Amino acid sequence: MIGFDGLQEILFTIKQNKLRTLLTAFGVFWGILMLILLLGAGTGMQNGVESQWGGDPDDAIFFVPGTTSVPYKGLSVGRQIELTQSDMQTIKQQVAGIRYISSENQLGSFRQAGSIITYKDKSTNVAVFGISDDFFNIKPHIEFPFGRQTNPYDTDESRKITVLGTRVAERLFPKEFDPVGEQVNVNGITLKIVGIFWDKGWEGRLSERLYMPLSAYQKIYGSGETVNLIVARITSDYDPAEKEKEVLELLQRRHNIAPDDRRAIHSWNVAEQTGETRAIFTGIDMFIWFVGLGTLMAGIVGVSNIMIITVKDRTQEIGVRKALGATPVSIVGTLMVESIMITAIAGYTGLVLGVAILELVAYLLNALNLSFAFFKNPEVNFQVAITALLLLIGVGAVAGLYPSLKAARIMPVEAMRAE
Amino acid sequence: MIELKAIHKSYSTGQQQVHVLKGVDMFVAEGELVSIMGSSGSGKSTLLNIIGILDHYDSGHYRLAGTPINGLTERKAAYLRNRMIGFIFQAFNLLPFKNAMENVALPLYYMKVGRKERNRRAMEYLEMLNLTDRWNHMPNELSGGQKQRVAIARALVTQPKVILADEPTGALDSVTSQEIVEVLKNIHDLGNTIIVVTHEHEIAEQTQRQIILHDGLISSNEVDADILPIRA
Repeated sequence: MIGFDGLQEILFTIKQNKLRTLLTAFGVFWGILMLILLLGAGTGMQNGVESQWGGDPDDAIFFVPGTTSVPYKGLSVGRQIELTQSDMQTIKQQVAGIRYISSENQLGSFRQAGSIITYKDKSTNVAVFGISDDFFNIKPHIEFPFGRQTNPYDTDESRKITVLGTRVAERLFPKEFDPVGEQVNVNGITLKIVGIFWDKGWEGRLSERLYMPLSAYQKIYGSGETVNLIVARITSDYDPAEKEKEVLELLQRRHNIAPDDRRAIHSWNVAEQTGETRAIFTGIDMFIWFVGLGTLMAGIVGVSNIMIITVKDRTQEIGVRKALGATPVSIVGTLMVESIMITAIAGYTGLVLGVAILELVAYLLNALNLSFAFFKNPEVNFQVAITALLLLIGVGAVAGLYPSLKAARIMPVEAMRAE
Repeated sequence: MIELKAIHKSYSTGQQQVHVLKGVDMFVAEGELVSIMGSSGSGKSTLLNIIGILDHYDSGHYRLAGTPINGLTERKAAYLRNRMIGFIFQAFNLLPFKNAMENVALPLYYMKVGRKERNRRAMEYLEMLNLTDRWNHMPNELSGGQKQRVAIARALVTQPKVILADEPTGALDSVTSQEIVEVLKNIHDLGNTIIVVTHEHEIAEQTQRQIILHDGLISSNEVDADILPIRA
């Protein structure tokens, strides 16, 4: 319908109305640009907050022992609670819907990398953890660039093996080096590396650890049956909060703890923690879409307006063209293509610039090593951006369609008479 | 070539109905040079617009080169305007952002002639009207007479059956007017059928036949003595 000639016709008229074209184009450009930047900023905030999380799945529940604060059954306050492996066994047997259950034991004080790990002439700090089976099933987001997870045989035979975090491995081994099979010395004990893991939780700080089978840990460090933390994942047909309560009550009964004692055993579930934040983000997301679509609407109204004015302005010209033999199809087609071309080019420019700005911000944040707790990796869903662009182009075209159809239908005499 | 029978046309301006043409009968043979005269408001331009399919008529019959012009689709109307009719306007109606050659070539664009061929034919007609050296001038760089000659070239370029000129000298001085009339006469000599609407006697007198329109009806249909016999 529109060949090279048609295109030339369109370029002529665009050149003829530079300011008008520019203003329309700017409206579209700005609408798309703002939408992209808003969506990007929203994702950036979300990424920032999510990177602060442990990365544990939503169906995980946690139990950490503390000291009693309420006297109960003749026992006084201040009693240190010790959770044990038999607690884990009981939970698994008596509570329905437990998918995986595992435990952590940490050497030294909580959340501190208090041990020294040595490989040949290099050494660094590391947090040493003993873990029971199923631990890596509870943390499915953990990746293994080299080697493997611990397995039940490691536990059964109390093998002196370890799975080492990437942050520790980076300090001990050259880049791209596969350390599987190497021996490292941890506080005077020799361990064989069977795998290297990457845990993105807490911005990667969870990768400053080493894990070994609980049985080996207990033998080496003499921790007996006690565990520092019990973690479980429940099947999807149960509510995490209810299961947390059920397990907590079971543990309270087993350890003679008052039901209202909040300090004896600390418990939490991931769903509840992330749920609140997610709700906030859903709100922010909706707000961003509202503002973005508003901006987009402004662009659409702009395009529609300009199309109506364009057609009105050119009615006389349309009359002359009709007198010379222009068909309605050629007139409507020319006007449509003009509208679509302007919105498409302007919108695409806005899209590209928006993505470029987001990329630049992300690049600068990385290059300058800036890390904000609430902003990270701004990015935009390209499909969403393209949909917005197509919507804008489509509505622009429809907006131009009505006046151009009208103009194409009136008699040439009337059209030429219009001023 | 052109047959009109009992053509009626009225316009509604707000509340009022203005009956412009009240039953016009008219016949123009092939190769004729005819003028339509009349005072302003007599309906002569309306008549020409109906002949040129630029306007509808309310009742009556109109046949152009044997084709009944009635209830045409826009497509068909566009086709007939393009192939059968060359229109010359009082206000020239050149597109201001196209140079002389592009203006002349425009009807050929709607005829789907290729660009090169279009420009070649446009140049041919510009040459015929002594405008070869002005081909790349924009309309605002041309004098009134030159503009009207460009418009005439544009009307001729599709080799239509009929040339219709609505007050072609209305916007020009007397010397230039005579120049344009000479051009129209030359075109007529090449065998074209031409209808000129004018209110100037000097111009009408140079045509073969003068049709005088008075108050929406043809009052006089004076045939020049040396004209070819008209077939009824």
